[in-house]
Amino acid sequence: MFHPGHHELHGVTVVVETAGPLTYVGRFDTEDEAGVHLLDVGVHDAATGGTREDFVRRSARFGVRSDRKHLVVPLAEVARITPLGAMES
Amino acid sequence: MPYNPALVAPMREEMVRLGARELKTVDDVDGALGDQQGTMLVFVNSVCGCAAGNARPALRLALEHAVLPQQVVTVFAGQDLEATARARQYFAEYQPSSPSMALLRNGEVVHFVHRHQIEGRSPQSIAGDLAKAFDKHFGAGAVA
Repeated sequence: MFHPGHHELHGVTVVVETAGPLTYVGRFDTEDEAGVHLLDVGVHDAATGGTREDFVRRSARFGVRSDRKHLVVPLAEVARITPLGAMES
Repeated sequence: MPYNPALVAPMREEMVRLGARELKTVDDVDGALGDQQGTMLVFVNSVCGCAAGNARPALRLALEHAVLPQQVVTVFAGQDLEATARARQYFAEYQPSSPSMALLRNGEVVHFVHRHQIEGRSPQSIAGDLAKAFDKHFGAGAVA
């Protein structure tokens, strides 16, 4: 466990994919009834240009460009959560 | 707001023990990174117990490798704020994270280790990647 006493993903930079056009990359903080809490979050909207894959690849290569300090993704919108480090190479 | 100096002192000392030179001011950073020649590793230190707690031992292990950077310097994110901000200007192509590491050769960033490449990994695993980067960018066959 990365941070003992916390959610197993606490402090880990993750990619949160949704069923819609939005993808988030940020540090997982916690999960509660409101949703998944992320910190220092980069947001990608496939509807406004660029692919999700390019966004994730760029984040892995150059780091996460933070658009939001704190963001909550409702659980109903979450399709998949993957550590960014596991999506490289 | 910077952390209590007493809290971060052991983390600073750990870096100094393994041979890193601390850059605490903008002048320190410019002196080390301005017109940088040769090979250098810049370690952006952090209070994060888990990520930095693995990154520092990883660097210690990597510095036992045969091929090494000529200089190792460090800034402390969240502590030496101006120095860290200045150092990040020298690798502005990369988004800030801490801990992180930049490998420089003659002023050019040739390799970057982000926080997300450290999280949840063992010091041995991180050190193995660092050693490979040392070989590739600082070894005899590396392009000057």
